Amino acid sequence: MTTTRGPRTTTGPVRVVARGLGVRHPSRRAWAITGVDLAIEPGERVLLTGASGAGKSTLLAALAGILDAEGAEMTGDLAVDGGPARNARERVGLLAQDPDSQLVMTRAGDDVAFGLENAGVPAEEIWPRVDEALATVGFPYGRDRPTQALSGGEKQRLVLAGVLVRRPGLLLLDEPTSQLDPPGAALVRAAVARATADRSATTIVVDHDAGPWLPLVDRVVEVVAGGLIEHAADWRPAARAAGLDLPLAASGPVLLAADAAGYSYRGSGAPALPPVSGHLQSGRALAVTGPNGTGKSTLALLLAGLRAPTTGRVTASVELASGVRRGRREPSRWRAGELVTRIGTVFQNPEQQFLTGRLRDELALGPLRSGEHAAAARATADALLERLGLSAFADANPYTLSGGQQRRLSVATALATAPRVLVLDEPTFGQDAGTWRELVTLLAEQRARGCAVAVVTHDADLVDALADERLPL
Amino acid sequence: MTSLALGPTAGTPLGRINPVAQLAAIAVVTVVLLTSLDVVTPAVVVGAELCLLPAAGLTSPRTLWRRTWPLLIGATSVAVVNVLLSADADAVTGLGLGLRVVGLALPGVLLVATTDPVALADALTIHWRVSTRFAVGSLAALRLVPLLVGEFESLALARRARGVEARTPLARVRLLAGIVFALLVGAVRRGSRLATAMDARGFDSTTARSNARGSSLHRRDALFVATTVAVCATAVALSVATGAWDPVFVGG
Repeated sequence: MTTTRGPRTTTGPVRVVARGLGVRHPSRRAWAITGVDLAIEPGERVLLTGASGAGKSTLLAALAGILDAEGAEMTGDLAVDGGPARNARERVGLLAQDPDSQLVMTRAGDDVAFGLENAGVPAEEIWPRVDEALATVGFPYGRDRPTQALSGGEKQRLVLAGVLVRRPGLLLLDEPTSQLDPPGAALVRAAVARATADRSATTIVVDHDAGPWLPLVDRVVEVVAGGLIEHAADWRPAARAAGLDLPLAASGPVLLAADAAGYSYRGSGAPALPPVSGHLQSGRALAVTGPNGTGKSTLALLLAGLRAPTTGRVTASVELASGVRRGRREPSRWRAGELVTRIGTVFQNPEQQFLTGRLRDELALGPLRSGEHAAAARATADALLERLGLSAFADANPYTLSGGQQRRLSVATALATAPRVLVLDEPTFGQDAGTWRELVTLLAEQRARGCAVAVVTHDADLVDALADERLPL
Repeated sequence: MTSLALGPTAGTPLGRINPVAQLAAIAVVTVVLLTSLDVVTPAVVVGAELCLLPAAGLTSPRTLWRRTWPLLIGATSVAVVNVLLSADADAVTGLGLGLRVVGLALPGVLLVATTDPVALADALTIHWRVSTRFAVGSLAALRLVPLLVGEFESLALARRARGVEARTPLARVRLLAGIVFALLVGAVRRGSRLATAMDARGFDSTTARSNARGSSLHRRDALFVATTVAVCATAVALSVATGAWDPVFVGG
């Protein structure tokens, strides 16, 4: 493609105008967005919100000028900086969700310099601009800091510096905090606020979680079926837990107990998890909370029987361990087939757990592995699909589902073998209000049928809504 | 962890030699060793290479072993297999072949131990006009390797959590193949997201790319290559003088 350097201004914030814009992705029958009318003045800061699948990210991709490349069909008009979006690509900066899929270089300074090298900026001008961008986002380390040594929030701030250093006239942020813990997300929002305070770029943020962005945007626009809704200045999103009526349960016997259980990686000095004690009780939900790096996910792996503690013990009750070969009480020594009917685990990234090419096979896999007959396994799978409203996708590939659907599927695969204990790592990451409520209700139902539920989470709403006990690390 | 996964040590004397000078020297050594089948030539070359170990910061036996164990095992097996399976190979020929493997691979170990991959990419694109698309793309891919290690562990644990485990060797192979496939699928997806992010930062622009760090050649680089040529010439001369010389292209 050619670089357009016409008479249009090459610095300063950009104007965006859309009229009757519609986009349809290749090989899809339904239009992802239709009837979008939007005018954004240079320097404005706008939040685009809306439920999962409403078409927010599609609209953002259209503005970024990257839809043509994938062969999407477009109707209506879209002008970015007075021309087609693809001609304004040099003026657009894009920050996506996952920092590890955006960093290019192994050292912080080199990564920020990458975008300037691409623009052919002479070497002597590069480093002053890199330092300026790093200062703007509040990057706390020097240029030589290895990117591998950064936390998620620090990485995302570095990516932002790499975007800002090109002095974009339009800054597009696509759910930039959805994969970060709350402190990391706050750091990134603070960096965005500081970087856009001088109005040198028009800023558009896409996020289904509107609340945290309200203080730093001028307007809130919601993407809905058939167009956009402009919200009033005093608009506030509804609390996602509002009116949620969860079934409660009587507490039953202790099913699984951690007794000063800790974990250290071989050859590593500091333990990944200092010794922790706690127990999981039938009909109760335990929330494991605390900042990143305290070993929450490691504790989940110990409780789930996926790793053996290097100090202390994790012990199943006689009831939970009944039927296990040689009466073993430590879940980490159980066979996988024994484990899957007793303790169900849901990982942070659902895709890592998918093993088959169809939803129905995915749900039948656990029952088959634990020794159920094919017909029974299939019946279990179909019943679960029905309950989760995924029947229409029974033959679809799990990878083609939306993030919210994938999460529900991964929970369903754990439920398929009816385990007495459920261990979930960050089950609400990246969920919109609708899927959040479905998920919390599903977990409460499991608790009500006598399950012991353990959630590792940063989500304060989830802890408030579901947790009977808390274990801060 | 393989020896290649260990990163470079910063600030070694050998690290100050420009990567393209090191590559040129490696090319000279490779041509000489590939064409000589005797024991004297590789012995002299390996001796010279060993003298460079301190300059590469490889002084403690422990670090040396961590970086070279696959190479040493490979060289030993080449020597042993040739002596055992070849009718006319005696112990000296075997030693010569083993030394050849060491002499060919050790320069690579020295390069990896001293040279930052970014400096290598800079030098290749600036001095040898290697495509920036290829060089920078390789760097971006290299950054993702440590992520794959963590991902592999998660995928293995997730399989156990789903009730999948292997109890026979055949099942173990199939399980491993499944994990590797999932790892590849994930890597391709991540790679395409990364490519989009790189293009959004102007990587697909037609503007001539500049280089922030630069790469310059000095007298010491020319000296380094010249010394390598001299050492190789000495090795061949000694080999001829002792009557051991057995070049591939003459003796067959």
